[in-house]
Amino acid sequence: MTEVWELSAAELGRMIARKETSARDVVDVHLSRIEALDDSVNAFLTLTPDLARATADDVDQRIAAGEQLGPLAGVPLALKDILCVDGVRTTAGSKILEGYVPPYDSTVVRKLRAAGVPIVGKANLDEFAMGSSTENSAYGPSRNPWDLARVPGGSSGGSAAAVSAGFAPLGIGTDTGGSIRQPASLCGVVGVKPTYGLVSRYGLLAFASSLDQVGPFARTVEDAALLLEAIAGHDRMDATSIPEEVPPYVKGLESGVKGLRIGVVSDWVEGEGVQPGVTERVRAAIESLSSLGAEIGEISLPSFRYALSAYYLIAPAECSSNLARYDGVRWGLRAPEAKDVVEMNVRSRTAGFGDEVKRRIMLGTYALSAGYYDAYYGKAQQVRTLVIRDFEKAYERFDVLLGPTSPTTAFKIGEKADDPLAMYLNDVFTIPSNLAGAAAISLPCGLAEDGLPVGLQLLGPPMSEGLLFKVAYAYEQARGPVDAPPLWGRS
Amino acid sequence: MALDREQVAHVARLARLSFTDEELDRFAHQLSDILAYADQVTALATDDVPPTSHALPLKNVFRPDEIGPCLSQEKALSTAPEVEQGRFKVPRIMEEP
Amino acid sequence: MGAIVSTYEAVIGLEVHVELATHSKMFCDSPTTFGAEPNTQTCPVCLGEPGSLPVPNRRAIEYLMLIGLALDCRIAPHSLFHRKNYFYPDMPKNYQISQYDLPLCVEGYLDVEVDGAERRIGITRAHMEEDTGKSLHVGTTGRIAEAKYSLIDYNRAGIPLVEVVSEPDIRSALEAQRYLTELRAILQTLGVSDVRMEEGSMRCDANVSLRAPGTEAFGTKVEIKNLNSIRSVSRALTYEIDRQQKALDGGDGIVQETRHFDENTGKTHSLRSKEEAFDYRYFPEPDLVPIEAGDDWIAEVRALMPELPRARRARIASEHDLTPEQAAFVAASPSSVQYFEALLASGTAARDAAVWMAGELSRALNGAGESIENARFSAADLAALIAAVKEGTVTLSSAKKAFQDAYTAGKTPLQIVDERGLHQVSDDGAIATIVDEVLSANEAEVARFRAGEEKVFKFLVGQVMKATKGQASPQVVDRVLRARLGNS
Repeated sequence: MTEVWELSAAELGRMIARKETSARDVVDVHLSRIEALDDSVNAFLTLTPDLARATADDVDQRIAAGEQLGPLAGVPLALKDILCVDGVRTTAGSKILEGYVPPYDSTVVRKLRAAGVPIVGKANLDEFAMGSSTENSAYGPSRNPWDLARVPGGSSGGSAAAVSAGFAPLGIGTDTGGSIRQPASLCGVVGVKPTYGLVSRYGLLAFASSLDQVGPFARTVEDAALLLEAIAGHDRMDATSIPEEVPPYVKGLESGVKGLRIGVVSDWVEGEGVQPGVTERVRAAIESLSSLGAEIGEISLPSFRYALSAYYLIAPAECSSNLARYDGVRWGLRAPEAKDVVEMNVRSRTAGFGDEVKRRIMLGTYALSAGYYDAYYGKAQQVRTLVIRDFEKAYERFDVLLGPTSPTTAFKIGEKADDPLAMYLNDVFTIPSNLAGAAAISLPCGLAEDGLPVGLQLLGPPMSEGLLFKVAYAYEQARGPVDAPPLWGRS
Repeated sequence: MALDREQVAHVARLARLSFTDEELDRFAHQLSDILAYADQVTALATDDVPPTSHALPLKNVFRPDEIGPCLSQEKALSTAPEVEQGRFKVPRIMEEP
Repeated sequence: MGAIVSTYEAVIGLEVHVELATHSKMFCDSPTTFGAEPNTQTCPVCLGEPGSLPVPNRRAIEYLMLIGLALDCRIAPHSLFHRKNYFYPDMPKNYQISQYDLPLCVEGYLDVEVDGAERRIGITRAHMEEDTGKSLHVGTTGRIAEAKYSLIDYNRAGIPLVEVVSEPDIRSALEAQRYLTELRAILQTLGVSDVRMEEGSMRCDANVSLRAPGTEAFGTKVEIKNLNSIRSVSRALTYEIDRQQKALDGGDGIVQETRHFDENTGKTHSLRSKEEAFDYRYFPEPDLVPIEAGDDWIAEVRALMPELPRARRARIASEHDLTPEQAAFVAASPSSVQYFEALLASGTAARDAAVWMAGELSRALNGAGESIENARFSAADLAALIAAVKEGTVTLSSAKKAFQDAYTAGKTPLQIVDERGLHQVSDDGAIATIVDEVLSANEAEVARFRAGEEKVFKFLVGQVMKATKGQASPQVVDRVLRARLGNS
């Protein structure tokens, strides 16, 4: 017997529209499951049952009145706690914003409200989106529903864990260097990093402004496509927002991959640091796509070797500036009894920020400081150009690129916490797409020998989400249903 | 590029952060490691390569000179740790910039 | 103070910040009106709330372009916003969105006239940035050094500012004054700002150094802040040049520092105790995309350019045969030109119009602290007064008095003339009577005149004018007095 919380968003949306169940019941079921199990997962920092129920009730009323609502009306969602919700505590996983209640809605939240999507809670994350495991959250790590002693990935670990655990069929995360795709891979769910500028950043607490993008989590490709349709689109409040109309993603999902040219990034699939089980699962996926009619080729992207280094100069530089506003003056933590404002700034920030955030602020401040700009930040921006050019050359030969999302499956909590550099290497396959502002998707491609999920990554040029969804869907249909995590209580 | 404690302390001042000596040394070490890794980029020949500061091809995005709704004073101050006379209160400011 | 004899050449550069008169702020649609209750004209963007993003005001950019074109700048085809990073509580994001190495306007100039010679002052650049909030320092005196705490209002945060930077081509306090006056006149004519220094819509910082004449190398530069009027700039530069001269003559070096001008003492004093160069860590603003000013857009903006002060002065001077000083006064602003042209339309001769505007009208406006836009009576009323003087129904001195009194009383000059009976007395008989009275009251002087002291005549004329309260026709008094003195 299938539980309500196991159903896809598309299915739930249809059932609610057909009045086979009420949006309110659907929300309540999910809230109960969260109440029962989130102590062990710690996916949420703040639950918003009142907000969720109010949205659900409104959906039910409008449906009863005969209104035609969108496909996701009444379908619960977990929102990464880095997007502002008017009147609801937003912490960015940091102590410095422990009590911060934004006076406005982010555009994404405004769109979700308009779509009738109930937000069940603010999901846990690495502090200010900096990290690959959610261990940098000031409120404790989230745990992987596949093995509660392991990380769910990061920085959007809470949203990925929530979707994986069945706490909500939909999630919203952000991806700056892989922070949607990598946790999606580690938790066995679908995660999309949209083209830079496709989804509004207004109301997103900025980490690295030229790299951040908001994107969907779901358990199926179709659900992810539906959610992206709901949140994408030009926003006049975001000057970096793409003006073009968003193409439909769900229509035409079933086109198939016949004749599509897929380029396998050979350096990624196998090699030092890549877990054998990951290689094996990705190769199986390639086989599958080949038998579906895709033309498989290989490609090497030399500049990608430097992408990680460039990223770890650009992102900290931008973050050092973006996080300057957290100074105890207008919001957030304020150290008491300071003798002057500078002392107050220093003590508030020192008490409020965690080590990883401090590390990146320091790195970024250094990379931008007098005398070092050209050698570090300036040079990194040149590497960025090389990465973009390599992608452009690649897309002359191929329609999409393919590789693993993460070199390994989920590691144990605490395993990499003391070695920042080792932690950074988790993002080596995801970072290039952020530097190029391009689109990418991670979807489950089976379990490795350790019984943990492996993520398959598909990469495309800017504005290629439609194509990526088609390829992902074709693969997903051929793959068939995936195993459920142990938390679902199935044997 | 190895950083010493004094350099790290200077960066900390710019960033309005304070550290113990032990932390400064640890940061010096970690930052040096990361910078050594990042130094790889300096080895790349990029003489004719223009920097990318914006991945988007967008230009000239503006808004018209029109007034829109504001936050009420109450809402604007709602996040403030301390308020007096309708303003954000802060400890004494020692120096002008 | 007499002219300073010196062996040094002053090298002065001025940085002027101009608050633009747009309806909404630079990066959000909060209003810009002055004087609202604190923190009532803010939104998430200008408060720098976490997650907020800037979107540039198109009109502000066009105003900047207009300013650049008026200063003969080249408009850069590709221009970027940069972040200028530093911590200060009145700056909500702890960075200011500004422009750095790719400003919109570069390489212009402004010509000023000093002591009859034309001097060309180079304009390095004009760029866009945003204003900060305002702090109230609460303590014993309101000055920052004695404050216990500060209170911050962000209404002003985010208002568009244009910064105009001159080359260090200015060589004296007078030149600086001329530069600022002309720059201000241009900005006022363009209509892009209120340019009221006392209100803060135009601010100036100065950089001063000295060097031996004929040398290329620059001396040590001192920055001067807190200059609240054009006169303050002039006073501060005069003091600072003198201070630096004395220091150099005495064998002391100049410390590179920022100094604060004190209005009350007229001196500059050191502001920053420690010389720490600011590291602003500029980098391109990732939340904003580049500005590409193509030829079409520049042409559109150029077409909005009004007649600039220099051209206006030249036109007025040549069209109406005025002296340069008269033309300068009349052409000072579009409003003064309008007033002048209204006087001409009412039949006033150009010279008379210029003289009255530069004289009595200017005095009345200054006394009332008003500007010509709200002059209390119309050009037509002034024209009528001038015509009455020309016709001889009122003497010039009566007219002047009537003008001033009318201004304060809120009536027209001719109303005052009628009310007080200030009409000129030209009747021979009436004047003869008074002349006789004066002569009998001043017999000693009459004797001295008859003895040959010609200059006593003036005294006697004065006495007659006094007795008639200035209303006697000077020509008739002269004639009658001479006649009377000539006889007997």
